[in-house]
Amino acid sequence: MEKEMICICCPRGCHLLYKDGEISGFSCLRGKEYGLQEAVAPKRVVTSTFKVNSSKINVLPCKTSGPIPKEKIFLVMDEINKISVDLPIKMNQVLIKDVLSLGVDIIATKEQD
Amino acid sequence: MNSEYDLIVIGGGSAGLASAISAFDNGVKSILLIEKNKELGGILNQCIHNGFGLHTFKEELTGPEYAFRYIEEVKKRNIECLLDTLVIGVSPSKVVTISSPKYGITNIKAKAIVNACGCNERTYGQIMIPGDRPNGVFTAGLAQKYLNIDGYLVGKKVYILGSGDIGLIMARRMTLEGAKVIGVSELMPYSNGLNRNIVQCLNDYDIPLHLSNTVTKIIGKERLEAIETCDVDENLKPILSTKKRIECDTLLLSVGLYPFSPLIFNAGASQYVKTKGAFVDQNLETTLEGVFSCGNVLHVHDLVDFVSEESAKAGKCAADYILNRRGKLNKTIYTNALDNVSYLLPNMIKIYSNLEEVTFSFRVKKPMQKATIFIKDGEKLIKKITKFDLVPSEMVKVSLKNINFLEYEEIDFLIEETK
Repeated sequence: MEKEMICICCPRGCHLLYKDGEISGFSCLRGKEYGLQEAVAPKRVVTSTFKVNSSKINVLPCKTSGPIPKEKIFLVMDEINKISVDLPIKMNQVLIKDVLSLGVDIIATKEQD
Repeated sequence: MNSEYDLIVIGGGSAGLASAISAFDNGVKSILLIEKNKELGGILNQCIHNGFGLHTFKEELTGPEYAFRYIEEVKKRNIECLLDTLVIGVSPSKVVTISSPKYGITNIKAKAIVNACGCNERTYGQIMIPGDRPNGVFTAGLAQKYLNIDGYLVGKKVYILGSGDIGLIMARRMTLEGAKVIGVSELMPYSNGLNRNIVQCLNDYDIPLHLSNTVTKIIGKERLEAIETCDVDENLKPILSTKKRIECDTLLLSVGLYPFSPLIFNAGASQYVKTKGAFVDQNLETTLEGVFSCGNVLHVHDLVDFVSEESAKAGKCAADYILNRRGKLNKTIYTNALDNVSYLLPNMIKIYSNLEEVTFSFRVKKPMQKATIFIKDGEKLIKKITKFDLVPSEMVKVSLKNINFLEYEEIDFLIEETK
């Protein structure tokens, strides 16, 4: 199998080539790992916002604590949209533990008193 | 709040935070940071996607997380921050006029000022799309604020004009929140966004990118009903035979950012026509002594990491100025952006006795696979560098060190495409 990809690990955007289980074209270790993963089972970190019960603000930002399979993105979005929590929120506070049994949490990416 | 400070930093976003921290660490303790919003962090607060901080922190952070790290550093140093306060004037003698609910309209005196108040989005008034003026046309950054800060989705059927990074990020973001993004048009034959954003924001969600294509008409009475798009020829003129009507309720514009800060220009600082930001030397000092400019208000950056880096330098240079640590000024020489260089910073080099290195930032006018950068003084060649994969959307940096700047009268940058 041969696959051409653009690395999304950093803004440099290296052109990667996957061929028979080997990856070339990367400039860093992150890129190598990304290429090997992307060629067989693409994963993404999902960032979104969640609902806050407050008169001051409506939403706060959150993310998956690690990358999840690409095809699960919309299912995870559905779970994030069910969140409704009270203030205060701490940085990296876990909002959903082990979302959809994917092995990652949904965590807050901002503090709010 | 005091009536006098050594340093006033205008803007509490990535640039302002980094310059205040750096000025503090370089010996200036009397600092006032002024922010117009009710919280620090600036535009980072609405950039909830990840990809920030790879250079600075060697990890991938979201915008609010990146801001948080700097805000914590500001808090640790007890730097005084004035929130919910707008700077409405700067005088040549460095008196800053503020307007705030707490202090009303007040003057504060500073020994030095760092202007770090960011950039603006170009609006549809500036690109003059013909047609109606209905509700439903937003700049991408404004739609991003409504969605990520306020929690409102501005539309369900979205078209995006311009392939700038904010537009691409918003294409994904609105798709995730349930909107249908029909497509993205880009006037130029190449994308203005980063490759990684084309992959993870458009390709991941099968959103088509139409290069050499633009929106030629806006249609709608109350709310946007449709747009017309056309391909463009090599002179960027629409080819009318390719006209297409697309039904949509929202048009997002991601057609560029530009520095916007009349404050310091009103005070007498010179403006650099090519960036619309200030005319600065290698210390990021404007033509107004003791007034510095950094971040997106100076020139629009690709990465927040570079904004932080540049602003930390502005903070340090402001500290050197305040604490009289600069060497003797021997000579001032000017720089010129010539062939294939769309702009070049710094605009001038002030040769102080302790000048060692100058880092230049510039952008190219067109994509080039391989190019040679010639740094010259008239006919005299100072340095020649070969670079690969240059694109207008990526800022290029080049350093000059171990050379005697006093030998030169001017520094010109020229780029030649090599096959």
